[in-house]
Amino acid sequence: MNHHPAAWGRPLPASASFDMYNPQFSAPKAAPAHQMPVAHTQQPLVTGTSVLGIKFDGGVMLAADNLASYGSLARFKDIERLHPLGPHTVIAAAGDMSDFQWLKKELNAILREEQALSLTDSHPSLSPSNIYDFLANLFYARRSKMNPVWNAVLVGGWDRVKAETFLGYVDLLGTTYSAPTLATGFGAHIAQPLLREAFEAKAGTDGKGPLMTQQEATAVLDDCMKVLFYRDARSMNKYQIATVTKDGVVISDSKSSETQWGFAEDLRGYGAQTQ
Amino acid sequence: MSKYVYGRLELVLKSLMLRRGHQLPHTNSQPSSHTQAPSRGDRGPSAYLSSSVYRLNRSLPQRIRGSCFSIMFRNSYDSDNTTFSPQGKLHQVEYALEAVKQGESIPREAEEVVAHIPQRSTGELATYQKKLIRIDDHVGVAIAGLTSDARVLSNSMRQQAMSEKMLYGRPIPVARIVQGISDKAQMNTQQYGRRPYGVGFLVIGQDETGPHLFEFSPAGTAFEYYAHSIGARSQSAKTYLEKNFESFENASLPELINHGLSALADTLQQDKHLTIANTSIAIIGTPDASIENVAASGPAKRGFFRVWENDDVDQLLRAWRRSRGEPEDGPQEEQPQAEGQAGEATEGEGQGAGTTGEGAPPAEHAAGEDVTMGE
Repeated sequence: MNHHPAAWGRPLPASASFDMYNPQFSAPKAAPAHQMPVAHTQQPLVTGTSVLGIKFDGGVMLAADNLASYGSLARFKDIERLHPLGPHTVIAAAGDMSDFQWLKKELNAILREEQALSLTDSHPSLSPSNIYDFLANLFYARRSKMNPVWNAVLVGGWDRVKAETFLGYVDLLGTTYSAPTLATGFGAHIAQPLLREAFEAKAGTDGKGPLMTQQEATAVLDDCMKVLFYRDARSMNKYQIATVTKDGVVISDSKSSETQWGFAEDLRGYGAQTQ
Repeated sequence: MSKYVYGRLELVLKSLMLRRGHQLPHTNSQPSSHTQAPSRGDRGPSAYLSSSVYRLNRSLPQRIRGSCFSIMFRNSYDSDNTTFSPQGKLHQVEYALEAVKQGESIPREAEEVVAHIPQRSTGELATYQKKLIRIDDHVGVAIAGLTSDARVLSNSMRQQAMSEKMLYGRPIPVARIVQGISDKAQMNTQQYGRRPYGVGFLVIGQDETGPHLFEFSPAGTAFEYYAHSIGARSQSAKTYLEKNFESFENASLPELINHGLSALADTLQQDKHLTIANTSIAIIGTPDASIENVAASGPAKRGFFRVWENDDVDQLLRAWRRSRGEPEDGPQEEQPQAEGQAGEATEGEGQGAGTTGEGAPPAEHAAGEDVTMGE
């Protein structure tokens, strides 16, 4: 065992085993003769489209539709892309759905461990910004290994200690940023201007004014999801909204927008007309 | 160079924890049950203190209590870490606890944890053994026992604290960092060929749930206390703490420091006194402008871990002596004659010369030097 200070914190060299007195638990297994080359994630397969997030007075709202596409095929139409973590945090993910499922499992495990530890020391559980910092580290580390978690994630929550809302974005490149309104993918092009317009109407361009009410926030998100359904070819008219306030997390039932497709009647080749 | 840390007392007083609204202790001392730090509000502090004393007494076989290695008799069950004795003891672990007792005890007060630690150097030319280690801004440890083991364990704690700060963006909860080294130390008590760590810690820290004080021992146990002391002659300090802890709740920082110094002074040997040369104090918690220059000290302003030693301790020692009605300059010791004394660096004389100063002139000047040889 090398105890030299220069070796502190470094991983063990291949020649050293974790337990030199009980080698059966730590002897490295012999590499199999014909091994497949290691391949990392090259492309997402089953994907979710945009996710929206907005802060309002007293909380945060996230919205995501219920569709997981397989390329251009609308494959799974009842997927919930919003996930509560603890009593005061919600994450929503766009991108590869299998990576999202893995992410949910990992985060649930971490939170469960925290809850078990806090049984003895009564320490408050992870706040939204703690979870966000963890995800940021995780995503950046994976991208640096050329094996990204192929998602764009929004983290929204209520920080009990600071008594304020939290909303942050992390993506597969490890990019992080935080703003009163956020959107991923198509939403960043189409919905973000609408969200910002509604936000700045009340808070002003410097963001220092009052935040919108919960009803106003719901109305803006409904409007944005409708526009996204019109314009995003990989979206579906069935979505959920998650609301986080100091009272906890509420994920709504699926809802749909009223849409107008009658204009298609006037276009040659669309609608019910034959010629 | 001694491999043991000969600090004196490490006392910790958890008064400000009491100040935060916990109930005063009621005297239903529990029998010694090896439960973990209790959930808040369950028991009074007295239960912890007395049970802590119980634990310490009962964990050691009677024959080695009070400590001199030469009176312990060896038996055939004590050479192997993984062999129990017929009485159900792991002797190697108990011998490791002895190593902690060789180091001297440290009084501590949680929240404003004032660790009063006598320092010792092996001679004029050597630096003092560092006993107070900063793990993170909000966690510190005071060590008693093998300093090399202390270095390795404290480094491991620092790595954990840093990792938590990076991954989660929060200071590590004190109970968890202590649990981390406890688990690490326990592994060494259950594997063949490994020896237990020979150092005990008093871990102080402050997190979202308030101030904390833990005792970590080589057995891999960690218990939380309101006030505690470990090391050689620590029983006298514990007695003082038990007698006075009710006043800790509403005590100010200077008062807490005085309590700690008094407890520390109780553990000194016959002719020894607290001096700037042999006392150091560490604090975590909200600063007190009456004793520290808050504007000039970043850590103090934020309540981070900070240490007073050598000259900085002088004002505190003076305030303590004043509070006890003693002369501020400290006890006047016999002045050794100049000739032939230069080579001798006995601790008693060094301390005495350091504190007595030159009589009439203000003692600040003499106190400004670490150790002055008697004139």
